[in-house]
Amino acid sequence: MNDVVVTGVGAVTPLGIGATALHERWAAGICGIADGEGRCREFVATEHLSVKDARRADRFTQLALVASIEALADAGWGEGMPYDAGRVGSIIGTGIGGIGTIELNDRVMFDGGPKQVSPLAVPLMMGNAAAAAVSMRHGLCGPAFGTVSACSSGADAIGTAIRAIRHGDAVAVVTGGAEAALTPLSRAAFGALDALSHSGISRPFDARRDGFVMGEGAGVLVLEDGEAARARGARILAVARGYGATADAHHLTAPHPEGEGAAAAITRALADAGAQASDIVYVNAHGTSTPLNDRAETIALKAALGEHARAIPISSTKSAIGHLLGAGGAVEAIATILALRARLIPPTLGWGERDPQLDLDYVPDRARPLDLSDGRRPIAISNSFGFGGHNAVLCLEAI
Amino acid sequence: MAEHTSEQIEKVITDSLISFGANAEDINRDAELSALDIDSLDLAELSQIIEEHFGVELTSGDVAEISTVGDAIDLVAERA
Repeated sequence: MNDVVVTGVGAVTPLGIGATALHERWAAGICGIADGEGRCREFVATEHLSVKDARRADRFTQLALVASIEALADAGWGEGMPYDAGRVGSIIGTGIGGIGTIELNDRVMFDGGPKQVSPLAVPLMMGNAAAAAVSMRHGLCGPAFGTVSACSSGADAIGTAIRAIRHGDAVAVVTGGAEAALTPLSRAAFGALDALSHSGISRPFDARRDGFVMGEGAGVLVLEDGEAARARGARILAVARGYGATADAHHLTAPHPEGEGAAAAITRALADAGAQASDIVYVNAHGTSTPLNDRAETIALKAALGEHARAIPISSTKSAIGHLLGAGGAVEAIATILALRARLIPPTLGWGERDPQLDLDYVPDRARPLDLSDGRRPIAISNSFGFGGHNAVLCLEAI
Repeated sequence: MAEHTSEQIEKVITDSLISFGANAEDINRDAELSALDIDSLDLAELSQIIEEHFGVELTSGDVAEISTVGDAIDLVAERA
């Protein structure tokens, strides 16, 4: 079976436009959260898309499109696709889809009646809109669909893309996740669940953590069959080594208190990658900053990785950008790859007070160089867990 | 029935096409909608705007007959 490689990445996040901004600013200790939310403040859709493309897309799709343009250029596809279009897929996850479009049209209908609802409402709100738009924008005619598993959606999209390439359904897949749910209904609904931080601070694994901070953004990766990528002389960023997915079957919103499903997903991802716990040099945690997740995730890491869990640096991208829901797994996979490539682990920002139950190394204060004295390639896992009890783990190896 | 002048109709249609992403300088009576990259979704939106402004209901059959900007203006003017 051929390997699956990552040849391009693109991101739009609260830290700015571009995957480089995500890595460099996070590693520099910059936090993209302001006023209790991780908004992509630098993002103006029409600076990147035509008026027509921008108005044909909900914000989550706009974010995905811009991230995809960067990712394809990064993969060297800017001048044209290296493969037959029918062999290239588009698999983009989202937790919610076009909720801004839904809310806007609901208000329009309430105020003016059903005839005022836009003909664009359905194509903008549908959860597969980002996958469809990316497919159309770049002329990708292979498998194209969205994945929906709440905050695991982006990681499940990438995992599904890995499978599609290994299975021969596609030679390459443009994959990732996108979310734009900083809307009144969404805020109110997550607030009603008491899931959001009251302090407005995302400080994963800290004793003072009090809920997650919502963010928005998109991350898109170009995955290719390794043999095909090498044959075309592609620059390879990383190897998508493995994917593990499980469910807790426990509770609609709370993780299993012992992290059983999460631990099983980590174990499966390692087995899929043909890797041992001792191979892992970094964990990009789900790390939401909620009391329950960070505790269960810590337990799961110890269960799946054993004593080695104590020796590995663990950091949460959500400390710098908030929780990007269905985009989180994709943006964090990119952050993981760029951290491994730079041999530099960005910190868990805001961590300063130890919770006695959370006793791992969460990389406080500042970025830490990755010590690879034996010259081996760095391998990491990136965790994503979603409401509904979804667990998706990616195992990534940087070149 | 001339509640609305042809100029008013032309302005609403032109403004709509521009808001859909068409280049203002390309829009004239003879311009083909397809050349302005106006498709069926745009025409569905345009129908809604026309009904709101002029009370003229255009069916999808009516819209299918429109090929130029002038066709659209004339059809609405006829019924407004």
